[in-house]
Amino acid sequence: MDTIILSVIVVGITGMVLGGFIAVAAKKFAVELDPRIDEVAGMLPGANCGGCGFAGCSDLAKNIVEGNAPAGRCPVCTAETVEKIAAFLGQSAEKKEKMVAVVLCSGTLSNSKMAAGYNGVLDCRSANIMNGGGKACRFGCIGFGTCTRTCKFGAIEVIDGLAVVHPELCVGCGQCAEVCPRKMIKLVPATTQVHVYCNSLEKPVLRRKKCAGACISCRKCIKAEPEKMSSQGFMVRVNYSNAPDASIVEKAQCPAKCLLTPEEHLKAVRDGIKKNEGAA
Amino acid sequence: MSLNEWLVITIGAILVNNMVLARILGICPFLGVSKKLSTALGMSGALIFVMTLASFAASVLYNCLISVKHSVPALGLQNVDISFTRILLFIVVIAALVQLVEIIMQKFSPTLYGALGIYLPLITTNCCVLGAAELNVNANRTVLGSTVFGLCSGIGFSIAVILFASLRERLELSKIPRPFQGAAIALITAGILAMAFMGFSGLVK
Repeated sequence: MDTIILSVIVVGITGMVLGGFIAVAAKKFAVELDPRIDEVAGMLPGANCGGCGFAGCSDLAKNIVEGNAPAGRCPVCTAETVEKIAAFLGQSAEKKEKMVAVVLCSGTLSNSKMAAGYNGVLDCRSANIMNGGGKACRFGCIGFGTCTRTCKFGAIEVIDGLAVVHPELCVGCGQCAEVCPRKMIKLVPATTQVHVYCNSLEKPVLRRKKCAGACISCRKCIKAEPEKMSSQGFMVRVNYSNAPDASIVEKAQCPAKCLLTPEEHLKAVRDGIKKNEGAA
Repeated sequence: MSLNEWLVITIGAILVNNMVLARILGICPFLGVSKKLSTALGMSGALIFVMTLASFAASVLYNCLISVKHSVPALGLQNVDISFTRILLFIVVIAALVQLVEIIMQKFSPTLYGALGIYLPLITTNCCVLGAAELNVNANRTVLGSTVFGLCSGIGFSIAVILFASLRERLELSKIPRPFQGAAIALITAGILAMAFMGFSGLVK
């Protein structure tokens, strides 16, 4: 009985004394933070993707409140959120267009000719050092999914050795474009309806030898919509500042099946696997 | 204590009876923060700091309060032994101490807080911190000996977790058969690492 009483007393007193210490210390050494930082951090998405260039959402919130960053710095926020933050801090929001990432390549394993067998570390950055992995094309997607692992939002899927961005999941933070060793992931306005899915700068003959999905630079799309398409050497691109709508796919009748909407591209990539399985 | 005894404490705590790989204590942070080398380094720093501090505090507490036979005439208590409450008291004191240090650190050294801050609350009552305090009691160490043991156990943990994090960073990029991916290969790696550390077991008796 003595033991019980004494141990209860000792443990009880110890607990109370230590609790008192912490209470005093918490008051005395309290660090004063701007309460607005927490409020702004609450409005930000909280994914800590680093797309803004700061160390995470709370760091960005701190910088927004201190005036070092504009309210619209977060590429993930919707326009409403940016407006809300700006209104909260008494600033005016600048309008900014929502961007999404896109992998402009049709080089699935079914389409690509393999130049080598790659047995190294399964990471695009590593493969890029080792002469660019197995695919013959030096401009296309390597397909080891470094971007997939980097994406905090699960928006990139590697299908049949080709990274495909799901635009409905992409928030445009740009982390994938940053990490891609070929720098071939582009951030484009989310309103763009069609893309030319080939990134090669080679002569069309050479690129068709390496990839069955490559653009042949026939310029049918440019003839169909001269203002809305552009070309750089042999590389044909959608003019992203004045993008054509989906009707150009019908008008141009791309013989290489390179000019596609994102949905058609995804379907083509998936169908490529089925065709292969049928053959095997 | 002689130089020989100090060597037994340091080498024993760092290599032979490594907290993680030989005593299997502190597995939670060992597996939890070892995905990246940078977090492993932060955790190691925090753990060395906390273990040294906790071993010291627990040893002082044990030698001054818990191991002494108490007599309180006012309550009619004679020669009462309360050493069985030590684990309870260790937890309370270590947790409170680390909280206190965290609050003070946040005020006076924001840089250090930025580096260690997020790990401190995670390990205040971790089993290897408590384990170090308890092992000190079992080995009847002095306050200084306990503190050195705590420091060396922390260093031992750091070596283990940094090695393991480096291995896991490399494994991340390897072709691992599907059933072994993720936690499975991590546990197997930890096992192999522990076996490697068994090689030290003859060094100190």
